[in-house]
Amino acid sequence: MSTRVDVRKTYKLYIGGTFPRSESGRSYEVYAAPSAAAARRGSASRAPKFLANAALGSRKDARDAVVAARKAQPGWAGATAYNRGQVLYRVAEVMESRRAQLVQDVRDSEGLTPVRAEAVVSEAIDRWVWYAGWSDKFPQVLGGLNPVAGPYFDISAPEATGVVAVLAPQRSSLLGLVSVVAPVIVSGNTAVVLTSENRPLPAITLAECLATSDVPGGVVNIVTGRTAEMAPWLASHRDVNAIDLTGAANADGVDWGELEAAAAENLKRVLRPGGTGPEAVEPDFGATPDLARLSTFLETKTVWHPKGR
Amino acid sequence: MTPFEYAPAPESRAVVDIASSYGLYIGGKFVEATGGAPFKTVNPATEEVLAEVSEASADDVDAAVNAARTAYTRVWSRMSGADRGKYLFRIARILQERAREFAVLETLDNGKPIKEARDVDLPLAAAHFFYHAGWADKLDHASLGPNPRPLGVVGQIVPWNFPLLMLAWKIAPALACGNTVVLKPAETTPLTALLFASVCEQAELPPGVVNIVTGAGATGQAIVDHPGIDKLAFTGSTAVGKMIARSIAGTRKKATLELGGKAANIIFDDAPIDQAVEGIVNGIFFNQGHVCCAGSRILVQESIADELDSRLKRRLATLRVGDPMDKNTDVGAINSRKQLDRIEEMVAVGEAEGAQRWDSGCELPTNGFWFRPTVFSGVSQTHRIAQEEIFGPVVSVLTFRTPAEAVAKANNTPYGLSAGVWTEKGSRILWMADQLRAGVVWANTFNKFDPTSPFGGYKESGYGREGGRHGLEAYVTTGGPTRAGQRSGATEGSAK
Repeated sequence: MSTRVDVRKTYKLYIGGTFPRSESGRSYEVYAAPSAAAARRGSASRAPKFLANAALGSRKDARDAVVAARKAQPGWAGATAYNRGQVLYRVAEVMESRRAQLVQDVRDSEGLTPVRAEAVVSEAIDRWVWYAGWSDKFPQVLGGLNPVAGPYFDISAPEATGVVAVLAPQRSSLLGLVSVVAPVIVSGNTAVVLTSENRPLPAITLAECLATSDVPGGVVNIVTGRTAEMAPWLASHRDVNAIDLTGAANADGVDWGELEAAAAENLKRVLRPGGTGPEAVEPDFGATPDLARLSTFLETKTVWHPKGR
Repeated sequence: MTPFEYAPAPESRAVVDIASSYGLYIGGKFVEATGGAPFKTVNPATEEVLAEVSEASADDVDAAVNAARTAYTRVWSRMSGADRGKYLFRIARILQERAREFAVLETLDNGKPIKEARDVDLPLAAAHFFYHAGWADKLDHASLGPNPRPLGVVGQIVPWNFPLLMLAWKIAPALACGNTVVLKPAETTPLTALLFASVCEQAELPPGVVNIVTGAGATGQAIVDHPGIDKLAFTGSTAVGKMIARSIAGTRKKATLELGGKAANIIFDDAPIDQAVEGIVNGIFFNQGHVCCAGSRILVQESIADELDSRLKRRLATLRVGDPMDKNTDVGAINSRKQLDRIEEMVAVGEAEGAQRWDSGCELPTNGFWFRPTVFSGVSQTHRIAQEEIFGPVVSVLTFRTPAEAVAKANNTPYGLSAGVWTEKGSRILWMADQLRAGVVWANTFNKFDPTSPFGGYKESGYGREGGRHGLEAYVTTGGPTRAGQRSGATEGSAK
């Protein structure tokens, strides 16, 4: 019986709602992580399995992504909370329909067993749904009326901070990615995401889910490549409002303190990586989240008006 | 118009007793500084030297941080929230009881009119302590996250424009949440913070919970760099705020920064014009314009620009500039020679760039630091006086035609602290409030503050909020183990 020659996918960037190659024309080889079983057998020394040539994003790609994110931000923040919630819920629907692909990506990227990969994908989809539901709830939970001592109506409400650069986790390539991207965009921010450097493929599959689920182009922009090459340009970018340094943990050649110092240039809001002291540790994304990530990328606006007859 | 003649109505300074020199308040007592050069604090209205103040060295800061750490681990973090609250209630009451003394001292050291120190700074400072006292035993109900716990020792650096009020904004929430503090007042206005030490003593606050160190930039830097500091709270310039953010990069120190502003005060053609004029005056001439959220840019709709111009100037001619101790004074002294130089430099820049300068022409005292209420018209977006914070009684007037243009101009600065909107149209107020990138929007009012109302900026006006439930977030850590007194060990990432 002859075996069919399959049609392979080209993995590209996701910027402004389209899938360009890197403007640099560069790519890099992505390999499968050895499975836990193979590692136990000591057969990890075999040549790793080639997965794809991913686009090796450049400084220019990162900057183009910021332009796309800035352009999309007012419209996304200006959409009704109900609308954002529905659009994000739709992403989870599409993820569910692409479950097989996501499971395969996660198995390849993280070396998980099929059962474990299924569980991780389920958790990632559920995590996305959890955050999607917050779109029309966090303003009530985090805002409210201030009982000032005078004849004034005074109310505080949270709103999106703007364009957020995200260093996605290096190890948890899908659940971790979802856990850092969803809390950024649900409130109306737009994101420029640097994927896991060595495990970028689930992010590109997620981009395909985003592109087919009514998320406006530019709301999430996904760039694959070397974190150490692109992160400094995002950290110092004057048109980026905040940066999530979670993916600095286990990233080759990345000093999160230097990125935080660069971010001081325009007083970006900084979410530091997990861990204590100078060490950066990737958090356990299996744990139930709270509102901390979502609220880091919010601004509180307080509005006063006199009362009178 | 015939000018009013007012009889002098001086407030008595007999109520305050200023020592000739002050040490540092560390571990519940005044101690001598080690090494630093003492400096003088002057009354900016007369240039009279009020007292000599110590400059805390890095060693002194170390001693203060150690005292705060000891008080934190042994006493304050172990105390029940209810008991912490009782100490804060005591402080609030003592500030109310000694309000006149503090108001007079504030006016002498700062130069602000006594009526403002008396009617704004002191009541609000006391209110901040009273408000936060009530939070101390209710933090579990403040939606801060699971298991809210104190951070530890907090370093706090406050500016010279509202010395005691900024101290209250910083110390009250820190203590309510169970932290201990090392606070540095500004070098030109240290006296009310030093007098606050006696309030702590009267309240029998445990030694080391509040430590006051005086000095200038080097002392501040020593606080920022000290490894025993868990969190920094700073109010001041954006330039220094950025230095602090850089200094703590790569550490686990948290920070809240309340920095500069260049607020737009937007006047639509349907605004209640007399109220708007009062709002403009309050917005920029309150506290000599030494206000980070001052309405330093007037954006007026073109069709009423001429009318507003004449009404504003007529009103400014009636402002009484002079002796801050006189109860009728509207505008007091500029806080320091250095700040006066900065204002004069920016005004010269405004003229050189082609804007038209007008001032009220009032008489100024011969001694001290003074500047007349000043209006620039014909200002464009690119002028430095429309972009940079002047921090003085100088307002720039720009015009607009449509609401969209007003929004674009208002948002077109690196700052985002506050904004004002004047119009009778409710839907427009709400639309404008949505569009403005500012932490506080005052509609048909300006410069209103309250302990329950979160205050703080967008963009380069800083991060974090002070006041209200939101202000507590900066002083707690959540999640993780519940044991009180444990230093936070973040495993999940944490925002600064």
